[in-house]
Amino acid sequence: MASRVSFDCDLVTDFESPADEDGVHDSFSQLIQEQCHGLHDVIEMSSFDLEEESRDDVEYLEAPDYQRSDSDALQQTDHLIGERWSSDTLKVLSSMPSRTIGRSRGAIISQYCNRTMQLRRRKQSRPSIQHFPRSARPSIRGYRVETDGAGFEEEENKRERLVNNLQNLSVNDRVRMLRAMPLSLAEKKELRMLVLNKAEHSVSQNQIPCCSQLKYYIIIALRHGWYGWLSFLSSLQLWQTALKCVGGRFGTGVLSYFVFLRTLLFFNVFLFLVTGLLLVVPQAIMHPDPDQNVSVSSTWGLEVLTGAGYFSHSVLYYGYYSNKMLQTGCSASRNGTSCTSGLSYNMPLVYFFTIGAAFFVTCIILVYSMSKSFGQSFRIDKSKGLLAIKVFGSWDFKVIKKSSVRLQRANIGTQLKELVAEVNRQKQKFPVLQRLFRLFIHMLAWIMCLGSTLACVLAVYYFSEYMHRDLHMRAHAGSSDPLLKEASLLAVPVVVSSFNLLLPGFFNAVAWMEEYDSPSVLNYVSISRNLLLKVSVLGVLCYYWLGRVASEPHLLRLECWESFVGQELYRFLLMDFIFMLLDTFFGEFLWRLFSQKALKRKRKPVFDIARNVLELIYGQTLAWLGVLFSPLLPAVQIIKLILLFYMKKVSLKMNCQASGKPWRASQMTTIFITLLCFPAFLGAAVCVTYTMWTMQPSQRCGPFQGLKTMFQAGKLWVQELAAVNPDLHWLASAHAYLVENPLFLFLSAGIFLIVIYFHSQVVDGQRKIIELLQEQIENEGEDKKFLITRLQDIHERKRGRTPRRVQGASEDSSYS
Amino acid sequence: MGGTSTKLPKDLLSEYQELTFLTKQEILLAHKIFSELQDRENGPYSTRVSMEKILTLPELKSNPFQKRICHVFSTSDMKDGSLSFEDFLDLLSAFSDSATLEIKSHYAFRIFDFDDDGTLDARDLEKLVNSLTGETDDTRLTAEEMRQLISNILEESDIDKDGTVNLSEFQHVISRSPDFVSSFKIVL
Repeated sequence: MASRVSFDCDLVTDFESPADEDGVHDSFSQLIQEQCHGLHDVIEMSSFDLEEESRDDVEYLEAPDYQRSDSDALQQTDHLIGERWSSDTLKVLSSMPSRTIGRSRGAIISQYCNRTMQLRRRKQSRPSIQHFPRSARPSIRGYRVETDGAGFEEEENKRERLVNNLQNLSVNDRVRMLRAMPLSLAEKKELRMLVLNKAEHSVSQNQIPCCSQLKYYIIIALRHGWYGWLSFLSSLQLWQTALKCVGGRFGTGVLSYFVFLRTLLFFNVFLFLVTGLLLVVPQAIMHPDPDQNVSVSSTWGLEVLTGAGYFSHSVLYYGYYSNKMLQTGCSASRNGTSCTSGLSYNMPLVYFFTIGAAFFVTCIILVYSMSKSFGQSFRIDKSKGLLAIKVFGSWDFKVIKKSSVRLQRANIGTQLKELVAEVNRQKQKFPVLQRLFRLFIHMLAWIMCLGSTLACVLAVYYFSEYMHRDLHMRAHAGSSDPLLKEASLLAVPVVVSSFNLLLPGFFNAVAWMEEYDSPSVLNYVSISRNLLLKVSVLGVLCYYWLGRVASEPHLLRLECWESFVGQELYRFLLMDFIFMLLDTFFGEFLWRLFSQKALKRKRKPVFDIARNVLELIYGQTLAWLGVLFSPLLPAVQIIKLILLFYMKKVSLKMNCQASGKPWRASQMTTIFITLLCFPAFLGAAVCVTYTMWTMQPSQRCGPFQGLKTMFQAGKLWVQELAAVNPDLHWLASAHAYLVENPLFLFLSAGIFLIVIYFHSQVVDGQRKIIELLQEQIENEGEDKKFLITRLQDIHERKRGRTPRRVQGASEDSSYS
Repeated sequence: MGGTSTKLPKDLLSEYQELTFLTKQEILLAHKIFSELQDRENGPYSTRVSMEKILTLPELKSNPFQKRICHVFSTSDMKDGSLSFEDFLDLLSAFSDSATLEIKSHYAFRIFDFDDDGTLDARDLEKLVNSLTGETDDTRLTAEEMRQLISNILEESDIDKDGTVNLSEFQHVISRSPDFVSSFKIVL
């Protein structure tokens, strides 16, 4: 469909060489100006001809109204569509490479021919520039202008060469190239057939020996296996239809919440599998040590909530795990247990290393997904082009329900109007008084929020102190109502969860009072306020558990402070879930009824994505904190997340509607994963590391009884190994120097920072290159305009010379 | 539902898997849906399904770009937007999860190019904005706003200042939008 252009010989002779111009131009703009002046004269001269050209059959591109209204003739030549071009010029315009690359098959084939050639030469699997797609234009050099006869052959040649190149690529590269070509499937099939035929042809010609034929078959079988595995993986996608429904009705923003929930579920499944297989199952098979006095005082009913009672001496908690080597083949005889040879399982060591390894792997996965998501959403020059991006990229094709489509259209219309108004609006200098007033309001709002956070934190602190003393009294009093005792354990979780529920609503109200202009700033502010609240509450609780309970467990008559902390975390997790249920019921269901019946509003309430995601992150932090003390806590979290998914989905369908505000889904997803990694996971990891490194474990329960710190388990094992086998002496010294010496940590952090600095310099350099390239493209555009206007100019002059009668003949000859 | 439902032969299936971004399940599902669409047509086993039938699919029914999508992916000589099974697979592949940004932006450009001249000029942009904002009067942009919007878009994305947005410039703009890949998706 690329029309072949043939230049008339007449035109060629008419073309003046640059030497004929007055003097040599060494300034680009000077050249343009002269040409514009020249054209201006030509336009004046041949205005009659322009009128008569309207008899041409070809439709003109009329000067649209979108020109700036105060443009003069000089500026009108800035746009190539500003003129009424002749049919010749239109033909040339429409067959320019930049306009045909999207449509013409020949152009696409030639472009991919170049690419495969470069791929073969460089033997890279990707084009060289990192994340910007390469220019889609074929090189002008290779685009020879030919007469009609050779045109078809040229395309055939290109195809031949493309087939050759494809054949010489490796199989993976070939498949990737074929997939990425924007041709229709029929043409791709044809190309593939040609390539395979050629390959077979050359194979049969060369008489390949049998072992590389075998290799060929093995590769084919492996590839089929790989495709099968990929299909299997994609069929495992959990909740695919549910997510599609949600996305179809509510759009990408709300969908990102559910996708985040699914990601957290996978993290927990991984944790559960690791701890379950390595810790729970072996311990459950082997009976607990008989010398642990097990007093089961069960008060049925509250157990599921408090996690105490019957559960307190079960696999759920740290205290159940033995500190000795578990041996199979042990038989209990009268004098004690005598163990013959069997499988031995060093429980303390395994416990220590499992928790450590689980955290390490989670850290790697988190950092990897964070950097991937960051790479997708970060762009070097983000400041320009908002309007164009909004128009070109904001339509969500996943939305299929008719009412949602209508809503999306309304949203986009509103956003476009706002953006246009914002761009239009001159930067009003608000009077100083008004600006000060707004600043004052913002400061007041922040003081209110921080003050309420501080008040909440202090309340939690004093209340936990009070409950601590209360427990202390109860423990020493001895006889007290066990039910009340168990119920009082629930007090602190209830208080904390209610604060978590009520304060974000208060923050929302404060933000509404502040009247933020831009919704993204509002999002960031509310996320940071919520985050501050949760981080400080968790900080106080960690101080309470590790600083007060763990350091003086005898105050509460606790044999096992780790089990107590594990129970506390279990209670917090459960209360969090119950309060989320209540919040869904009251916050969404009743609020919808209230707003529809009482306030008589037409629109249902909007799903608050940020708040819900922060709740999820908070719950996951609790789970991570608790893994050390309660290895089955991830299982509880899994059940909770599954129930939450279905509950939120049902509530969403019944009570909510899509938001009217724009939600930059991929930026927000990056932020959420970063929040999951940095405050949440890092905080949990720091707490766990602190516990393992410095806190003294209980003397009489758990896998680390009798040791000074939990970390000692690893150290002792290494020393044992070194003692048994003197060759492993280096392991012990490596352990002493690398792991215990902080210098190593500083060194690695320093290297890390240097690498980051280098990368930031590379990014700066790329930014500069982009600016230079944009300038260059603008200059090329000027070139193009110049050539087109000269072409038009020549055509005008030619028309002016030939009489009207032969207009038809000259048109025929100038058409290709 | 009359007629025999033909099964997709295995070698064709693996060929399609190699040449498109779709997985085996997606290809089989597409085949099933396409056969259902065909069965409802009059006449014997016809290889092309007319545009009206394609537009009854729930994924395309309410899409404002439905007709353009059919025209872009159709390889019929009559330019009537009818799709064969391979055109249908092309469509799903371009809109699938694993399609590259380049393929998606290529087809997005062709879909938005309402007059098929290879560039997005001001009239294309006007039609695009009208499709995005809808037909009712309160969501449509006024003429003044439209003019302002289009001149801003051209200012932002037209790098060589020729008054139109060609494919390279379009791809450059799209590469700066991180949400594009996830919104340019249709899943059966």
